[in-house]
Amino acid sequence: MSNQTNQQKNTNLERRELIKSLATVPVFGLFLVNLWRKIRRDALKKSNLLSDLVQQKSAPAVIKKMSDSRHLNIGVIGYGGRGHHLVRGAGFAPPGWTQRASENAQKNKLDKAFETYMTQEDLNCSLVGVCDLFDVRAEEGIAASKNETRPGGEPKSTAVRYRHYTELLANDNIDAVIVATPDHWHSRITIDAAKAGKHVYCEKGLTRTFDEAVKVYDTVKKTGIKLQLGHQNRQVEANEKAKEIYKQGLLGPVNLVEIATNRNSPWGAWVWDIHPEGNEETIDWETFQEPCSNKIPWGDGNEALRRFFRWRCWFDYGTGLSGDLLSHDFDAINQIMEIGIPKYAYSTGGIYYYTKERNPEYARDVPDVWNATFEYPDQNLTLLYSATLSSNNPRGNRIMGHDATMQMGGQSGGGSVHGFVVTADSESTLYKDRLKSGIINSNYPIYTYSPGSKQIDGVTSATSRYFANRGLLYTYREGKRVDPTHLHVKDWLDSIRGGPKAQPKCNIDVAFHEAVTCAMATESYKTGRRIEWDPKNRKLI
Amino acid sequence: MNYSRYQLISLTVLRVLVGWHFLYEGISKLINPYWSSAAYLLDSKWLLSGLATTIVSNPTLLGISDYVNMWGLTLVGASLLLGLFSRYGALIGMVFVMLYYLFAPPLLGLEYGRPGEGSYLIVNKNLIEACALWVLYSFPTSHIIGLDRFCVKPESN
Repeated sequence: MSNQTNQQKNTNLERRELIKSLATVPVFGLFLVNLWRKIRRDALKKSNLLSDLVQQKSAPAVIKKMSDSRHLNIGVIGYGGRGHHLVRGAGFAPPGWTQRASENAQKNKLDKAFETYMTQEDLNCSLVGVCDLFDVRAEEGIAASKNETRPGGEPKSTAVRYRHYTELLANDNIDAVIVATPDHWHSRITIDAAKAGKHVYCEKGLTRTFDEAVKVYDTVKKTGIKLQLGHQNRQVEANEKAKEIYKQGLLGPVNLVEIATNRNSPWGAWVWDIHPEGNEETIDWETFQEPCSNKIPWGDGNEALRRFFRWRCWFDYGTGLSGDLLSHDFDAINQIMEIGIPKYAYSTGGIYYYTKERNPEYARDVPDVWNATFEYPDQNLTLLYSATLSSNNPRGNRIMGHDATMQMGGQSGGGSVHGFVVTADSESTLYKDRLKSGIINSNYPIYTYSPGSKQIDGVTSATSRYFANRGLLYTYREGKRVDPTHLHVKDWLDSIRGGPKAQPKCNIDVAFHEAVTCAMATESYKTGRRIEWDPKNRKLI
Repeated sequence: MNYSRYQLISLTVLRVLVGWHFLYEGISKLINPYWSSAAYLLDSKWLLSGLATTIVSNPTLLGISDYVNMWGLTLVGASLLLGLFSRYGALIGMVFVMLYYLFAPPLLGLEYGRPGEGSYLIVNKNLIEACALWVLYSFPTSHIIGLDRFCVKPESN
């Protein structure tokens, strides 16, 4: 009996032991059940949102490797800030830049410019000709062609300097030229290069006037050369994804697209540094202004130097906001929505902040606040461009559909968006049921695309951020950061090697859309009239 | 250590709740392919901001940091919740939350990019949770209620 009691006691004790040991296991079970419910709920929500509609979930594939197939000799005409970047995209940076970038990377570990450059693909080409009207820059271009600190190591050949672009074009060994001069030279050089059988990478905007655009278009078509216009946004992964979403009708009918430029610094308003070595001896001023009807004498040099180094501030050489910034955003929208040339354009603006009274260095005749509307009656669409150079508040670009809005760049929901965010409209027809049932909430994005979210950028200056927000500085391929300018140069070189049918992404057809659209807006600002495009007769009315 | 019934219950409840929190923090990171500690580290201020920059700028270190965070939180959570090696769990958990605190302490004059979910001056929830884990380390309960009981000699209670 006492044995039995003892046994009973022991069993009770063991049971109590076990209960105490496992007391919190049911809580763990409760956790797992709730975790499972949460995961299922989230998965269901996701599949009910957009993921079932987005067909291609992966990022665009890396462009096919063609760079090893045929060595190409390239020349650069205009080795200023942009020319330097383009040639670097081809794999040639001057020693000053590689040195500085490498030092910056050591000082700031988040600065990846040097690493991005050194790991970019060797495009199997040589820089053999440099033409610039400013001696210092021409020499820098030559030095870039010799610099052994580059992807691919020691360059196969080095560059020769040409005083005039016609001499560079006369070199039969040159297959292709990068044109990064001020805009007033674009059409003449592109046309002459095409006639000489050279392929052309032309920096944006394609031309300064409508007539020039038509001539360039006809010559490129006639000669069959490969023209790439300098809108590197064509290589940006986010834009390809945005196009997919738009094409699938996830935004519903789109009647309004807003694109915007916001900058707020003298540099952003093209008040660029005048190089200390710039003078009558080192600059070929007469050649610079050769195509202009408004000739400025060198005089004491002040006016000429300003115009030479800050050429974007004058209609004599460029078109200000139109060719520099509207062109990029227009092309991005044209890439996503394929809208082409508008029927009507109207624009207004003025020089409101960068006045001579505020600072004589701000001298210009192009507007610093400028708004343009473009009508596409056949597509039931208005494209609205709004720009200011005296406010940095990033508005981003918006494609506004009846069912959803796509916000690209700028600010959305409290954070900076690299990529885009799609938010359903509370009155949407397409999402009516899902909105009603609470699966979709119009206060929260239904699709967010943020490329390289696991990668870190050390983008610092406000202007760099402006471009980075639009994906113009960096894009991502399979999670790896690459410079879209490099991809854009590569795309052009690959199209040259790819046979007669291969075309670069920003080819002459879409380049013509950009040139005519920008020319219409510029013309409207200058004349105060609404400009109409007559596609049959290829005329502006 | 002898506890009264109420002391034991309250300490165990605290341990289970903190464990639950850790476990879900860890698992939610494990199942989110886009999660990275980078955003938090990039916003780091004060003493450890240099270390944060070093981690973020090096993909290998960032990968390790992500891995350690995801699995560390999960394992600490499971340890506290189930009462298995809970003293170690509490200690490691305390180090984790103290690091979160030190990478971004709400001190006077430090401004953070990401909006906080509450209002804090010097003391924030991380510091309080670290303190709670200190208490759990000092007053262990898993040898009484928890799987650790299997590992220790049964006592009278």
